[in-house]
Amino acid sequence: MFRAENSTLKQIINNNWQQIDDEIVAEKSIKLLGAEAIIKCLIAEDVEIMFGYPGGAIMPTYDIIHQYQQQIKHILVRHEQGAAHAAQGYARASGKVGVCIATSGPGATNLITGIADAQIDSTPLVCITGQVHKDLLGTDAFQETDIIDISMPITKWNYKITEASEIPKVLARAFYIAKSGRPGPVLIDITKNAQIEFLDFTYKKCKQVNSYLAEPTPRLQAIKEAAAIINTAQKPLVVFGQGVILGKAEAEFKSFLEKSGIPAAATIMGISAIDNQHPNYVGMLGMHGNYAPNLLTNECDVLIAIGMRFDDRVTGTLDTYAKNAKVIHLEIDDSEVNKNVPVDVAVIGNVKHTLPQITKRINSNQHPDWFAKFAALGKQEFDTVIKHDLNPSKDEISMPEVINLVNELTDSQAIIVTDVGQHQMAACRYAQFKQSRSLITSGGLGTMGFCIPAAMGAKLGRPDRTVVGIVGDGGVQMNIQELGTIMQSEIDVKIIILNNEFLGMVRQWQELYFDKRYASTVMSNPNYQKLAEAYDIASVKVSQREQLKTALQSMFAHQGAYLLEVMVGQENNIFPMISPGTSVSDMRLK
Amino acid sequence: MTEELEKDYTMALFSRNRAGILNRITSVFSRIKLNIDSLNVSETENQGVYRYSVRVHTTEKLIRRITKQIEKQVDVLKAVFATDDLIVQQEVALYKIPSSVMIDDIQTEDIIRAHNAKILRIHREYTVIEKTGHKHETQALFDELQPYGILEFVRSGPISIGKLNY
Repeated sequence: MFRAENSTLKQIINNNWQQIDDEIVAEKSIKLLGAEAIIKCLIAEDVEIMFGYPGGAIMPTYDIIHQYQQQIKHILVRHEQGAAHAAQGYARASGKVGVCIATSGPGATNLITGIADAQIDSTPLVCITGQVHKDLLGTDAFQETDIIDISMPITKWNYKITEASEIPKVLARAFYIAKSGRPGPVLIDITKNAQIEFLDFTYKKCKQVNSYLAEPTPRLQAIKEAAAIINTAQKPLVVFGQGVILGKAEAEFKSFLEKSGIPAAATIMGISAIDNQHPNYVGMLGMHGNYAPNLLTNECDVLIAIGMRFDDRVTGTLDTYAKNAKVIHLEIDDSEVNKNVPVDVAVIGNVKHTLPQITKRINSNQHPDWFAKFAALGKQEFDTVIKHDLNPSKDEISMPEVINLVNELTDSQAIIVTDVGQHQMAACRYAQFKQSRSLITSGGLGTMGFCIPAAMGAKLGRPDRTVVGIVGDGGVQMNIQELGTIMQSEIDVKIIILNNEFLGMVRQWQELYFDKRYASTVMSNPNYQKLAEAYDIASVKVSQREQLKTALQSMFAHQGAYLLEVMVGQENNIFPMISPGTSVSDMRLK
Repeated sequence: MTEELEKDYTMALFSRNRAGILNRITSVFSRIKLNIDSLNVSETENQGVYRYSVRVHTTEKLIRRITKQIEKQVDVLKAVFATDDLIVQQEVALYKIPSSVMIDDIQTEDIIRAHNAKILRIHREYTVIEKTGHKHETQALFDELQPYGILEFVRSGPISIGKLNY
């Protein structure tokens, strides 16, 4: 068994082994301070904006940030977690690498939740942290923390720079690793001495790292097998994730769907990769997804997974998941293949390249009878759930009707950024999207407090688009300090608090699975209008349905940031729902 | 779901020599609370490339998953695993016994001969014996020496090499 890999290893080693160390051939180097080299590297990587917070160990770099403020914008956040989420929002809206910067010790540890979120949701980030002088490492110096070890399991790569001369090469590599292949967060820890020493600076972008294969070359045989299986399928189903968006493969994906005539359902991270009105789109998968795609996953005969990773929230219990189907998995990260669901054919590679290869080998097809099943189950869901969600018989406002009005008033062109909980599921279920990179949500980690900073980042990444943050009364109070950033940097985000005076999703579980014992889920909330006023942000509270549309219209007409608080039904539940531990086909409508 | 059979697996992991890479590798195991039975690190025939020999007891499903998750690490060049039938393994053990038993007790000589062990150092107080072999072989010597009083004992993890030629 060692044989195959040893020969591969030889190839890797023989393949320009020396190249890495010789990457930087000094041509016309200039003498620079380490701190200035850091900023020069960012500029060379076309970084336009970064999010951060100064402190002792990163001060030399901030001194340079000040000098270069015309070339690179720095957004001062109010807490480093906000910087990390803002960088995520920026990256996911713009498709570029998000950059955040913090000091050592608490500055660095405050980034951790955002980095973990970026890791599990494959968001390209470069996080720069200051570190104590290299001679103080390991001495429990003031604000020393071993952020490299702390961040190791939640970064795609990390590295501690202790000499100024390492800066250009390591940062070049950081950007390459963050954005190539399956993207992810990279953390670079830079000791203070490295920032204040001089180096001979020359910058060359990194194009390969020889211990790391960003994009595996697809196997033609796998592509042929996949196409052959698709051609014989009677009831095929496509389940797609963020891989379509990360691979910038939206067009290739659409062509594949249109030629194959296969219904397609999105994971939470895949939503907006295709227009929700597209005839092949059959809705969202997962615990609170749509009824038809969940149920029919267990009836389909071929399951084509595209750039998704079979999260447990998508699959329900694996014991019964898609057991009638041959499974084809198109995935860039080999470690995701066969991890949760055994596959028949794995097509490893960037879906941007593999999808067209498959598309050209499949027959043009249509599956009208199969689509009719989706329509029939969709009607059941509409009659039992959606109709009442959108037109509640009660006086109290429902979350879905707010989202529906947002669709109407933005022509479904806005970027929707959510927090985590019931409002998130309402937004993912009911928001309509006409363009990609329009839903920014914490899918894998489920990080409350994500919305406000991520919305800031999204707006700065796409200033041309309307950005709407949908947040609960619980989540808004995590990272609410970022209202200060919105104020200072004048970021035009529209924030809608869907206030049910509960930690709604936990309350829903308590109602369904814990005999309504509402342990620590009742929220007493601040006066959000006074709070917004303190930050000089316009704010209105709405509790009556007849005021809702006008209030939303005023919000969208307003120049600048806006906080709209909507009082919604206190004990509404999000349905349908796959109860934890049950099968996708056991999804309940009520 | 049926419980999968657990077996001993030997992994060969290759990386460049980078501070922290061992933590990246071990965190893949500790994340799922899987104990590493033995670990050996040494430079390979290729300068600057290090080989980690890792022994774990787990299921085939998990070893496959772990191997991919380790190989995915940016600084890891290659990660593979094998079952015992596909590799040649060796361990080394060192035994420190009182020199008095070497002098007084003729049987210790027979034991050392029978086990094909080597004497590395003789001191007035103690003698250090070396034995290479599989674990059961080094253990057999341990068991025979134990009645005479073992002052100190250490055994390396196995290092292994693939049987197939390339």
